[in-house]
Amino acid sequence: MKKTCEIAVTVNGTVYEAAVEPRLLLADFLRHTLGLTGTHVGCEHGVCGACTVLVDGDSARSCLMLAVQADGRNVETVESLGSIAQMNALQKSFHAHHALQCGFCTPGMLMTATDFLRKYPLATDDDIRKGLSGNLCRCTGYEHIVKAIRAVVKAGENP
Amino acid sequence: MKPPAFDYIVASDCDTAVAALARAGADAKILAGGQSLMPMLNFRLLRPSILVDINRIPGLGFIEEMPDSVRIGALTRHFQLETSPLIGKHFPVLSYAVAHVGHLAIRNRGTIGGSLSHADPAAELPMMALLLGATLSIASAAGSRTVAARDFFLDTMTVDLDGTELLTEIVLQKLPPQTGWGFEEIVRRQGDFALAAVAATLTLSGNEIVQARIALTGVGPTPLRAAEAESLLVGHAFDESRRRRAIEAVREAISPETDLHASADLRRHLAGVLTGRALAAAWRRGRGG
Repeated sequence: MKKTCEIAVTVNGTVYEAAVEPRLLLADFLRHTLGLTGTHVGCEHGVCGACTVLVDGDSARSCLMLAVQADGRNVETVESLGSIAQMNALQKSFHAHHALQCGFCTPGMLMTATDFLRKYPLATDDDIRKGLSGNLCRCTGYEHIVKAIRAVVKAGENP
Repeated sequence: MKPPAFDYIVASDCDTAVAALARAGADAKILAGGQSLMPMLNFRLLRPSILVDINRIPGLGFIEEMPDSVRIGALTRHFQLETSPLIGKHFPVLSYAVAHVGHLAIRNRGTIGGSLSHADPAAELPMMALLLGATLSIASAAGSRTVAARDFFLDTMTVDLDGTELLTEIVLQKLPPQTGWGFEEIVRRQGDFALAAVAATLTLSGNEIVQARIALTGVGPTPLRAAEAESLLVGHAFDESRRRRAIEAVREAISPETDLHASADLRRHLAGVLTGRALAAAWRRGRGG
């Protein structure tokens, strides 16, 4: 059995080369190999959405992808959106609308919203709720998350 | 909650993939979108010795129009189907149904070939293959063959693939003019697998139904067509009495199971309600409404 595979993955604009076991999940590659702990791991079977990242621009569960599958791909994590000093429009809106309590689900919420803001017109709040349906928040903060995303749609600040 | 160790092969083309499958016997798994396979690996419900990754096979994800049909490559992602103008034009019922699959992140990765091969008994795409009379192309080291969707789904998560075979293409015959469609699904939460779902097409000639198709999912081990209900609609206009008779025929034709999510009685009830709604929508659209 082949022990490791050589991969080169672009994460947030930086190319990282590593030798990984084929079974290593992309989520664990990001967190443990690269130390990018912004991506959170909740359920590890594609239900909670906390580990959502963008792969070549499309949202994907990083617990349902192998790191080897990201070889040659462009991965964006929550760290790419901004910093505490310079948040992007979506992050600012989450802040302004109190769209998080404990923050565990927030990276997945942000990356999911980044993708569906680009892909769907989101004419109604129901459309936003549908978009968020694959992301669980155990602080029951959905109402404020919907408001935060609605404000971004209204301001035309789609990422 | 981490996958067991396995060997990993990136297939560069279909020949490489089926050769790897043949070498591994039935001990390999094909990795397509991974949206069902990866959870099963994470839970260690599966321990394949080899994973054959088909994601990098060029030209396996495509949607192509032919004179009388549309060809769909097995690696076509759900989101591609959902947003394809070609699918929207010829199979609006498919565009609409596929938007009900999981969530955006799932639809970005999940593939039609994977969904059909996995054959979850409550999934939308197997039912659509059945509704639209799909023909499936299957490759193996021994050669290739085709199978009709109606012969493909054998039992719960069991299809006519022997473990060394790879589903490569799905062909859908275009629908006749004046065909209306309906799709109705009940889920506990947006994006869940269906408690029950019904899809229908009605092809009309004036005010008469000349062809009826009704497919169901979530109400048995495999998706199924409601042949009795279909045949009692043909030759008639769709009215209240036909609606009631079709609903009754559907409820009699199915034997749903009770599970954690719904009782058999609830599923049977829902299948009838959704059949009525799907047929009404198909009738309205068929008449240009």
